[in-house]
Amino acid sequence: MPVAPAEYPPAVDAAAEFVTAPSDPEAIEVGVAVVGGGPAGLACAIKIMQLLEGEPELAEELGEVPVAVIEKGKVAGAHLLSGANMRPSAMRELFPDLDPSEWPVYQEVTKDAVYLLTRKRALPLKPMPPNFRNHGNYVTSIAKLGRFLGEKAEEAGVYLLAETAADKLLVSDRIVRGVRSGDKGRGRDGEELANFEPGSDVIAKATVLAEGTQGHLTGAAIDYFGLEGLLPQRWELGVKEVWEVPNPLDRVIHTMGWPLRKAAKHNEFGGSFIYPMGEDKVCIGLVVGLDYTDATFSVHDALQQLKTHPFVRKILDGGKRVGWGAKTIPSGGYWALPRTLAVPGMVIAGDGAGMVNVPELKGIHYAMHAGMYAAEAIVKALKADSVNFDAYDQRVRGSLIGDDLYRSRNMRQPFSHGFFVGGAVASLMKITRGAFPGGRWHQRPDAAEPMRIDGAGSRYPKPDNKYLFDKLSSVFASGNATRDDAPNHIRVQQHVPREVAQTWVSMCPAQVYELADEQLESGAAVVDLNITPSNCIQCGAITAKGGRLTPPEGGDGPLYQDT
Amino acid sequence: MKICCLVKEVPDAAVQKRIDASTMRLDRSGEKNLNPFDTHGIEAAMQIREGGAVQVDEIVSVTMGPESAVRALHKAVALGADRSVHLTDEALAGSDVCATGYALAKALESEQPDLVLLGQQSDDGECYTIGAVVADHLKMPSLTQVIKIDVAEGKLTCERQAEYGYDTVEVALPAVISVGDAINEPRYPSLKAIMGAKKKPLETYATSDVGIEPDQVGESGSKTQVLAINPPPEKAAGEIIEDEDTNETVEKIVAWLDERKLL
Amino acid sequence: MAGILVYALHDDEGNFNKNSLGAISEAAKLAGELGAEAAAVVVGDIADDACAALGAYGAAKVYRAKAAPEGLAQPVVDVMAKVIGDEGFSYALFGGGLLGFEIGAGLTARLNAGVTMEVTEVKVSDGKLIAERPVLQDSAIVDVGYVGEPGIIIGRLNAFDIVERNGGSAEVVDVEVELSEWSTKATMVKRGEQRGEDVNIEDAEILVGGGRGLGEAANFKLAEDLASALGGAVAATRAVVDAGWYPYAAQIGQTGKTVAPKLYLAAGISGAIQHKVGMQSSENIMAINKDPNAPIFEFCDLGVVGDLHKILPKLTEAIKAKKGG
Repeated sequence: MPVAPAEYPPAVDAAAEFVTAPSDPEAIEVGVAVVGGGPAGLACAIKIMQLLEGEPELAEELGEVPVAVIEKGKVAGAHLLSGANMRPSAMRELFPDLDPSEWPVYQEVTKDAVYLLTRKRALPLKPMPPNFRNHGNYVTSIAKLGRFLGEKAEEAGVYLLAETAADKLLVSDRIVRGVRSGDKGRGRDGEELANFEPGSDVIAKATVLAEGTQGHLTGAAIDYFGLEGLLPQRWELGVKEVWEVPNPLDRVIHTMGWPLRKAAKHNEFGGSFIYPMGEDKVCIGLVVGLDYTDATFSVHDALQQLKTHPFVRKILDGGKRVGWGAKTIPSGGYWALPRTLAVPGMVIAGDGAGMVNVPELKGIHYAMHAGMYAAEAIVKALKADSVNFDAYDQRVRGSLIGDDLYRSRNMRQPFSHGFFVGGAVASLMKITRGAFPGGRWHQRPDAAEPMRIDGAGSRYPKPDNKYLFDKLSSVFASGNATRDDAPNHIRVQQHVPREVAQTWVSMCPAQVYELADEQLESGAAVVDLNITPSNCIQCGAITAKGGRLTPPEGGDGPLYQDT
Repeated sequence: MKICCLVKEVPDAAVQKRIDASTMRLDRSGEKNLNPFDTHGIEAAMQIREGGAVQVDEIVSVTMGPESAVRALHKAVALGADRSVHLTDEALAGSDVCATGYALAKALESEQPDLVLLGQQSDDGECYTIGAVVADHLKMPSLTQVIKIDVAEGKLTCERQAEYGYDTVEVALPAVISVGDAINEPRYPSLKAIMGAKKKPLETYATSDVGIEPDQVGESGSKTQVLAINPPPEKAAGEIIEDEDTNETVEKIVAWLDERKLL
Repeated sequence: MAGILVYALHDDEGNFNKNSLGAISEAAKLAGELGAEAAAVVVGDIADDACAALGAYGAAKVYRAKAAPEGLAQPVVDVMAKVIGDEGFSYALFGGGLLGFEIGAGLTARLNAGVTMEVTEVKVSDGKLIAERPVLQDSAIVDVGYVGEPGIIIGRLNAFDIVERNGGSAEVVDVEVELSEWSTKATMVKRGEQRGEDVNIEDAEILVGGGRGLGEAANFKLAEDLASALGGAVAATRAVVDAGWYPYAAQIGQTGKTVAPKLYLAAGISGAIQHKVGMQSSENIMAINKDPNAPIFEFCDLGVVGDLHKILPKLTEAIKAKKGG
């Protein structure tokens, strides 16, 4: 009997638990608090400092710390992972005086190709589906971009507070007042250890939530202020590896088809990307929608399976894996955007709001543009002593972000009807610039998909830890070294039907969830899950598929270098 | 009492460390962090101050390193140091243990500390001894790998595990003590402290400011040279036994252990 | 004279430390290749014949400083600095262990000399010594040469083998040394206290590591019995420590301790890299696991694919018999 994980939600009331009134007598006051040191947050912070140069009065009002960026990773960039082929518009706007040769990018895309993979062959798709054309874009590592923007932000005078989680949203009188940082030094059962350090209230005139996919406070804010979009948000999970290779790759490659299964019942939507990173590295990643239905499906293992294809072997052979990571991407598009991106005292920008164009695999430049729009709207409003940032919401919707998302608004849903229908519909949508098909195609939350135990798991290759890797050694390669006795930051039910348990066990790229051998062999319908939270790389998949990820202690998690 | 905490900026534990074959030195281009062992030294200083047995007037964090090493100092200050000293000079690049110990001692001389604390080892150098080198230059008593310190006026009672078990040693101040990670659980800095770190006083010194002779430091002033780097010897493929007859298997294991003189 | 001077540590009863004996053996071998002599330094009031017996390991001479206190480094720095200065030794060599590190380091400062620590091998090249040491958590080995004299070499624990030669007898020479002012500032209150329960797994020569394959906490007894028979200690993986089967103090791995014993016997351990990095430098690695595909079989010296519940008890008995007989 197929079971949907959504029927076993964890006991979490986001609004009640994660939103609270300011109460810290030793609160820290800043001008603008930005939660998230990614492209959206840092672009916002940098833009604010740029604008403040021409607004001395406002600058003084904002005080000693005009902008603080709160980042839960060890450094800005540590938790960032993406493809990516970045559109240059945002970098040009934020840094008009920088030449692209000074950007933290690998190369401009001059050649790209799309292949349909079968078990043994790679059929080039010509003409290339237009949504994959990337000429003029730059192959970029978002982890490197994060570091670059972090440096620029600090040079501009931003206080970049890394290793700091934002645990709660501070609200009073339905106005957002700031955030509360996370505690440090709690033990496995939440008890205070000898070096316990409580978090602090950070009070700000304006709060920018730029947390990226599965934003913790974003989720709480959507709950508290009732910001759900017209359709529920959905996600795709991407697992990526970085390889040193002997022969440079001359083109940006996207693939569709194998190893994902075409039949509608499996609902396996996605594809892979293989990008050159300079002369001596490539990255390869597989991105799959989390609405698949086979409980044994594992994106990480499907990626390993993909690597056994002769087309891929030719690219990676003789090389060495030097990085690995995973992260979810919001795929709900236009219909899943929050009904408004601004409430009194707060705005939401970037992936956290779902500003991702999935068919074209674009999101970084939207995030940065949104961050800059937020900066402008905030500065203008604060000058007028207001914390009404509605102008930001209007700006985003009327901009290229709103336009692009609207045009591709129904591209993702048709793929629930299988690969060929989906492909045809998506291409038509692109060619007619969104006119066809119209209406609003239905989408339901990933966790509501009934899961059944099927055959995906049996096809995965055995790892040899030289070319094909298991999850644990991959977690090691992500730079994850989280304290073992940290409290469990993942909220999920542990006594669940086997289909649900298997879904999480296979889904998680970091092997956080496990079923003990006796549980597997017992044949029981309901089983107990083992959780190893210190493996978690905070990709967010569990939140999409029925649980609730919360940020662990600041500084925990991966240390991505060039993902 | 004035306590100086020696700190070092080292590559983050999660970063793949590698030696740059062209310079024969550690590639320090990736993420860096305050050497985790040094956080125990700072914590030890803070506990002495908070313990109340003696009055601690100042805790000064001191480091020798390139420009980026200020981050280690900011972290040290966020953890409780009152001010920092940054010894930085191109002439110091490539210094070995001998040269580094000399340079640090010179920087410390100008501070005239009553107690110098540091972590017993650094993640990158893995030398375990800088404290002892510094102490001889400063003409102070020294102990390394200390896991317990009791302070009284003018002296310390320290415990550490040596070759034959635990030693308890009394040391008169001024002294240089390097601490093991078992000595304490370092505190986390508060957000306020992190944000205030950049405002605490930071003095920057070049070699000439503290009387370091340039020909005693740097690559040219070092007394050791890295001649070659090689990958570790390939482990010969192991033997695999499938256990069918357990008695036979056990016999084979015992023979294998005996052969290697492990019994 | 390109001689090598070795520090010979001893306990309160006058028994010389194994690592010191190994160092003397090594020094004698190297000195032979250099066409020079190896000598030892002994601190404290040790009897003539005990000192002379160091000749069996290759020491031609033993310099004894009767009045200097044993057990702390700095007085020994004074002694060795004097002997090196007076006799012109080209190298000072130490076996592994805390004091060797501290004395070597003090000499570095005192004599403005190069020092290499955690040395695993020493070779001779062009009439000079080159020290090899692992770096970056054993991921590479570097060759280190010295500029000027003397060069100080501090070995890793158990790096140098003890080799007894044709029953030689060393010449014992007493030296008078004036201790530096600061060498008298540290006083030993209690030396070598044994603290029972605190088995320090980092120093154990033999470790039996237990992992999830043991099945349940009670089965750690199998590992303990085996460790007892072998004369070693018990270690654990993160997974079983997490599950509460064994204390954190015994945990080995990326977030636990790092060890390099003579023998690491992994029972029911899969060998995931998070554990591997904590024990991969063990001299001999043996693994027992029922899964033939367990990663540990790729880096162990002897792998046994089988049921540890059957093998461990029999192995323990067999070892007891072998040792007892």
